[in-house]
Amino acid sequence: MDADLITQILFAAIKTGTPLLFIALGEVICEKSGILNLGQEGMMLMGAVLGFLAAYTTGSMGLGVLAAMIMGSFMSLIFAVLVLQLGANQVATGLALTIFGTGLSAFVGSGVVGQTIQGFTPIAIPLLSDIPYLGEILFKHDILVYLSFAITIALYFVVNKTRVGLTLKAVGENPNAANAIGIKVLQVRYLAIMFGGAMAGISGAYMSLVYTPMWVENMTAGRGWIALALVVFASWRIGRIMLGAYLFGLASIMHLVLQGLGWSISPNLLAMLPYMATVIVMVIISADHFKEKLLAPRSLGKPFDPRNMA
Amino acid sequence: MKMKSLLLSLGLLAGASAVQAEDPLKVGFVYVGPVGDLGWSYEHDLGRIGLEEHFGDKVETTYVENVPEGADAERVITQLAKAGNDLIFTTSFGFMNPTVKVAKRFPKVTFEHATGYKRSRNVGTYVLRTYEGRYVSGVAAGMMTKTNTIGYIASFPIPEVIRDINTVYMAAKKVNPDVKIKIVWVNSWYDPGKETDAANALMDQGVDILIQHTDSPAPQIAAEKRGMRSIGQASNMSKFAPEAHMFSVRDNWTPYYVSVAEAVMNNTWKPSDYWGGFKEDMLTIESINPNLPADVKAKIEETYAVIKSGELKPFTGPIKDNKGNTVVPEGHSLTDEELAQVNWYVEGITDEIPR
Repeated sequence: MDADLITQILFAAIKTGTPLLFIALGEVICEKSGILNLGQEGMMLMGAVLGFLAAYTTGSMGLGVLAAMIMGSFMSLIFAVLVLQLGANQVATGLALTIFGTGLSAFVGSGVVGQTIQGFTPIAIPLLSDIPYLGEILFKHDILVYLSFAITIALYFVVNKTRVGLTLKAVGENPNAANAIGIKVLQVRYLAIMFGGAMAGISGAYMSLVYTPMWVENMTAGRGWIALALVVFASWRIGRIMLGAYLFGLASIMHLVLQGLGWSISPNLLAMLPYMATVIVMVIISADHFKEKLLAPRSLGKPFDPRNMA
Repeated sequence: MKMKSLLLSLGLLAGASAVQAEDPLKVGFVYVGPVGDLGWSYEHDLGRIGLEEHFGDKVETTYVENVPEGADAERVITQLAKAGNDLIFTTSFGFMNPTVKVAKRFPKVTFEHATGYKRSRNVGTYVLRTYEGRYVSGVAAGMMTKTNTIGYIASFPIPEVIRDINTVYMAAKKVNPDVKIKIVWVNSWYDPGKETDAANALMDQGVDILIQHTDSPAPQIAAEKRGMRSIGQASNMSKFAPEAHMFSVRDNWTPYYVSVAEAVMNNTWKPSDYWGGFKEDMLTIESINPNLPADVKAKIEETYAVIKSGELKPFTGPIKDNKGNTVVPEGHSLTDEELAQVNWYVEGITDEIPR
């Protein structure tokens, strides 16, 4: 393996990790507010199909991304109304959202299956892309990858350094206390869920506009689920999510790369790597019960109804 | 279509099984991918439509798409048989055991399984001589590669795929003795994301010609993006890669579907193992890219013609495998039965078949 090949592999790992990064960032914000949304895959697929439809009919990639974001947040709004307003079970509602989104996206997209669009073209950032190796890996991507860099940095700042971040954490850790000091818990959760939906939408758009610029049924192939594991893997920290997304991206292309190089490891075994990694991290985290409690938002998955407050 | 498969799985369509003599022949199809894959399943569906066009009211067809190979397939095939279909085509290798199993329970229904090798009283098999198309692909790839490296995106290590890899390599080597082949298994017939990853991984490693044994046009798009060349699989994929696409080897199932339906209608059907290729027009070369050099274009036409006429049989001895054993003795051409059991790489492929 020479340096050029390694550069190309890392470049590909970032590309493969980007949809995971988008969707996991959305989910982590949602989970930080105490809501577990298992509907990622459904929202992502709806984002992918709507994004493709919009880009295909208007010819504008920007509109495609926008449509995907709107669709993603609309899907998450359905979820939000059910779990926040009506107090439905989060796990069941999330699963229903995934199944709903999978079927609906196949239905909506049946007319454009097999059509193609141009897709985003990569932009090399002047100066930065000239850095040896690092420039090749990081700064010769398309605009959505740069957007994911920007969103990660912004979220890191907002969550860790601002009042908004504190409010979000307060709601996720102890909604009763947050409510008592006048934070509108449900409102915060609505916003967090819809942010998650919009991010799932972009993630879907990345699949159908950049990664494979076409729409086919079920094209996200379980990435929504990997993202859920990724959030746990990263123990709800923004920086680790970025790292984890690229690691997962790397793991998912590694078996293809190694085969081309003539390694005789079973491809099935290698394809298993990302999932193995998740299981191992889950085991490590859950082994220490105290630590697990410390890491996960404490009210995660529990409903909150302000009307029950004394 | 989702709805139909849902209804089938709930057994709601099972009531309509009373078949009367003047009723049309009911024909069911099971596809492994979506009809919109624009590859394998798409062409089978064109075959189904061709069948309807040929017989008009005399046939009635239904299909279930996106059927996973395995337990789900058995359920879907059972439901199609229960729904009163007289003839059922199952169109992927992985449907072999489910087809044979269901056929035992429905002795009056005729089953036809594509690409398999298990037959019984009411199960026949049919397969394309895809290796004929691969031979033409190998010749063209061998002539066009500048890096002397051809990439092969493979699905599952079954005889059909292994046979085709061998053919590509043997043909390419004929025209270009320095050629190498890199093989990547994606363990799927249809996964555009993974096919793209595989295409890129191959191109990262010096491959400049992509040949795919998977069904989505994703590798074509990947080749187009990076200015490499590609060969279309199963269906005409030229529109996905106007520059990259060299030509497509298209499957044409209509003639076979018509002949089988006719045999079932006339009660003359017998289980057999049918092989169709260039000669029967069940494989065709389509959309040869005008941007190819004239000598390559001529060689493609010429190779097609000598295979079609039977003058060239790709698996003619002497052929050694990559462990040094003689697998085809001098003067012998593999019979269809032997072709169905190819489980070795030819000499020169420095790789091992995954087990």
